[in-house]
Amino acid sequence: MEFEPVIGLEVHAQLNTSTKIFCACSTRFGAEPNTHVCPVCLGMPGSLPVLNKKVVEYTLRMALATNCDIPPQSRFARKNYFYPDLPKGYQISQYELPIAINGHLDIDMQDGSSKRIGITRIHMEEDAGKLIHDGSLPVSHVDLNRTGVPLMEIVSEPDLRSAAEAGVYLRNLRAIIRWIGIGDGNMEEGSFRCDANISIRPKGSDTFGTRTETKNLNSFKNVEKAIRYEIARQTEILLDTGQVVQETRLWNPGKGVTESMRSKEQAHDYRYFPDPDLLPLVIEKKWISAVQKDLPELPSQRRERFVTEMAIPDYDAGVLTSSRELADYYESCLKTFNQPKHVSNWIMGSLLGLLNAEGKSIEDCPIAPKDLAQLLKLLDEGAISGKIAKTVFEEMSSTGKPPKQIVEEKGLVQVSDTSIIEKEIDAVIAANPNEVERYKDGQKKLIGFFVGQVMRATKGKANPKMVNELLMKKLGT
Amino acid sequence: MQLHTLTISEAHDLLKRKKITSVELTRAVVDRIEAVEPKVLAFLTRTFEDALEQANAADKAIAAGKITPLTGIPLGIKDLICTDGIRTTCGSHILEDFIPPFDAFVMRKLKAQNAVIAGKLNMDEFAMGSTNEHSAFQVTHNPWGLEHSPGGSSGGSAAAVAADMCLGALGSDTGGSVRQPASHCGVVGLKPTYGRVSRFGLVAFASSLDQIGPLSKTVTDSAILLQAIAGHDEADSTSVPNGVPNYSACLGRDLKGLRIGLPKEYFDIEGLDPQVASAVKKAIDTLSGLGAQTVEVTLPHTEYGVAAYYIIAPSEASSNLARYDGVKYGLRDKQKTELLEMYRGSRSQGFGPEVQRRILIGTYCLSAGYYDAYYGKASQIRTLIARDFEQAFQKCDVIAAPAAPTPATALGESLDDPLAMYLSDVFTLPANLAGIPGISVPCGFSDKGLPIGLQLLGGHFAEETLFKTAYQFEQATEFHKKRPPL
Repeated sequence: MEFEPVIGLEVHAQLNTSTKIFCACSTRFGAEPNTHVCPVCLGMPGSLPVLNKKVVEYTLRMALATNCDIPPQSRFARKNYFYPDLPKGYQISQYELPIAINGHLDIDMQDGSSKRIGITRIHMEEDAGKLIHDGSLPVSHVDLNRTGVPLMEIVSEPDLRSAAEAGVYLRNLRAIIRWIGIGDGNMEEGSFRCDANISIRPKGSDTFGTRTETKNLNSFKNVEKAIRYEIARQTEILLDTGQVVQETRLWNPGKGVTESMRSKEQAHDYRYFPDPDLLPLVIEKKWISAVQKDLPELPSQRRERFVTEMAIPDYDAGVLTSSRELADYYESCLKTFNQPKHVSNWIMGSLLGLLNAEGKSIEDCPIAPKDLAQLLKLLDEGAISGKIAKTVFEEMSSTGKPPKQIVEEKGLVQVSDTSIIEKEIDAVIAANPNEVERYKDGQKKLIGFFVGQVMRATKGKANPKMVNELLMKKLGT
Repeated sequence: MQLHTLTISEAHDLLKRKKITSVELTRAVVDRIEAVEPKVLAFLTRTFEDALEQANAADKAIAAGKITPLTGIPLGIKDLICTDGIRTTCGSHILEDFIPPFDAFVMRKLKAQNAVIAGKLNMDEFAMGSTNEHSAFQVTHNPWGLEHSPGGSSGGSAAAVAADMCLGALGSDTGGSVRQPASHCGVVGLKPTYGRVSRFGLVAFASSLDQIGPLSKTVTDSAILLQAIAGHDEADSTSVPNGVPNYSACLGRDLKGLRIGLPKEYFDIEGLDPQVASAVKKAIDTLSGLGAQTVEVTLPHTEYGVAAYYIIAPSEASSNLARYDGVKYGLRDKQKTELLEMYRGSRSQGFGPEVQRRILIGTYCLSAGYYDAYYGKASQIRTLIARDFEQAFQKCDVIAAPAAPTPATALGESLDDPLAMYLSDVFTLPANLAGIPGISVPCGFSDKGLPIGLQLLGGHFAEETLFKTAYQFEQATEFHKKRPPL
């Protein structure tokens, strides 16, 4: 029997507001333990939460960017459980009435088609603190700086069918979060976390199999690895005519396996109920339109515009809109040199190649967009050859100097003066009588040899098109 | 002149005319506490040194011409209200040594007026109880009959005011915890509209029901105290931005044309003491004599009130009290080295039986599979009860009722029967469920000489109507002038 995996992802993304969700404490990462705390986030008796409007605004941005419905009213609820990193004994979250529902995200499949992934809900909640376990003593320390840092949970429909799809969805989600400026989406630092609900069913079936929830997926690679592992594990169980146990599993990145954490019977009963300390959150249409107005052009919209306005291939547009900074870079280049495909080729080839090799992102790019555009302009005008352009590009990346300066300093301007080129050609012909003989005897391939000799003599500066033409004329065809 | 017997408004008048100083007044109150506190046991923490300093500051302010109605007035505070630097126990071992690093909103308001704080007052643990016998530390005695309970949970506050150990006090009312002890101790107790007074710094019992309210010797003083503590607070999302009216200004208005609603369900309740029924009926006659008309109203869901309340309040409490886990502050069972054992040990030692009972009830009611049948249903009943009041207040301006079905119970009487204790809240807790204000004013005495209170309920933000009615009643009667035989 052929099986099909069914995957849904729950993503927790930290929102980069400057203050916490229910108090005015700073959200800055890396401070001395328990210095960004106050009676509210410490859960002191008598303290009360007050909702940070910025958190709502940021979540609304995400809701609009993922095509969600925003009900007129949502509610905060308490999720009750005991843990030392949770000072109130409950986490303020949203449960029955989340801020956003029924959204979707279109992702690119490998075959070039697009697939729509449903988003069940997005809700806001507060993060818990951090436990630091002493290595030598049986003692744990509690750091509550992170307590109350705003999180947004994005729950997908079980629409994903492979680890690769899950990876693409997750990367798209992160790209949007960064694009609209509400979070940094850093998985390794924990500001972007993911749990995966995975089940297996016979291909073609329309009922769901028993699912497991896998936690501790702390990198994109691990998400895909864990999903692949879990698919294989469940498939094996089913092929053995066994039954998958509904449980929470933990990814062990060291061993590369998922391990049982707790069964359904051991699952927490969180005793959710509406938080009486916070009023129902009313989202007026006015607010939604204000957020909509401030929302930047989204990746999908920009990609479409690149295809229609710039007439570049959809593939190029997809790469160029993988981050807002890259898309801005591209458009910035076009202001100086408006040949969209030409610019896109260079960005996707040389520029991204360079950044990847150096592990840099476009924000740290040493070459200013106007300089790259200037370089392409020089090339286009015939002032430099393609080969020289590569040299200049490398020089630009290491020195940050503008291309014209490099060309001038190194005397790299292309030679298009017929008399100079003819002089060099005459010298090459005089020095290579044998080759001239063979060429005339029909070995026309030797033209490459002559071009090479001329180019070498001119240190690559001769206009190669002219060299070709003049050579043919002199040697006769 | 015995300064401790003064009301707030009387003392203010003397302070203003520089006939007395706040230090004199505060010393008199301190002396009074030292004299009668051994019999009453209303205080958990005395703050006499601070009080005398505050009195000094108040006298300086007065000398500089800065006097407000509470400047230099010695008050007591229920030990559920956070006081910066002064331990706030909530009547519980789990917070026995807890010193808040901040003042409650109401404390900031009182301090801004240069009020004097004599100490923190006893209460049933976390405000759970109607007799003060559920305090982890001591049992407060009713100044009118020392073998009797002062009521609860703000029993310490009511007893302290009745025994002249402070000129006024703050309590909190979640299901009647201000009005019932006021009734039992022969003082005035007000539960404001939900949201009228900020809950910031009030340690939560049941957040959707809790409201801070004043206990005082007269209605005038009640209005002064509410004036001081009411108002919007951005730190409490449930506090309302509505402007605060001048409560004292309404006191002199007459009652002509005032419609007093008499809910038939309230007077048919089983267990209503005939002496209470008769005192309340006489009080209603007095109000009629002052120009009010009576109308019969109906509150058809009254019989479900106690059941709904004793699901909603413990449910919220089970969550609100989860923070007392021994990790950050408060009592920790240091014998236990394993986390779960430490939680169990700390909470079992830290919480008394009534609190544990309510945590268990609440936890059960919110559990998966039970939520809809209990918490969900109770929330629906709550809506119906609120609607009952809305409809009743279309026919009347205030509702008159007993504050409690009986006068104060003898100490020890209700300890074995939590259900009987819960049922005694039948007249007070509907106001909390509906979020409306209620006031209790002295309206008689039982044959044992124990006070009886008349409860008046109003619509949302109808505190002025309550004050006016209670004030006119008070002026027409002598009950508030009688002092307990201490």
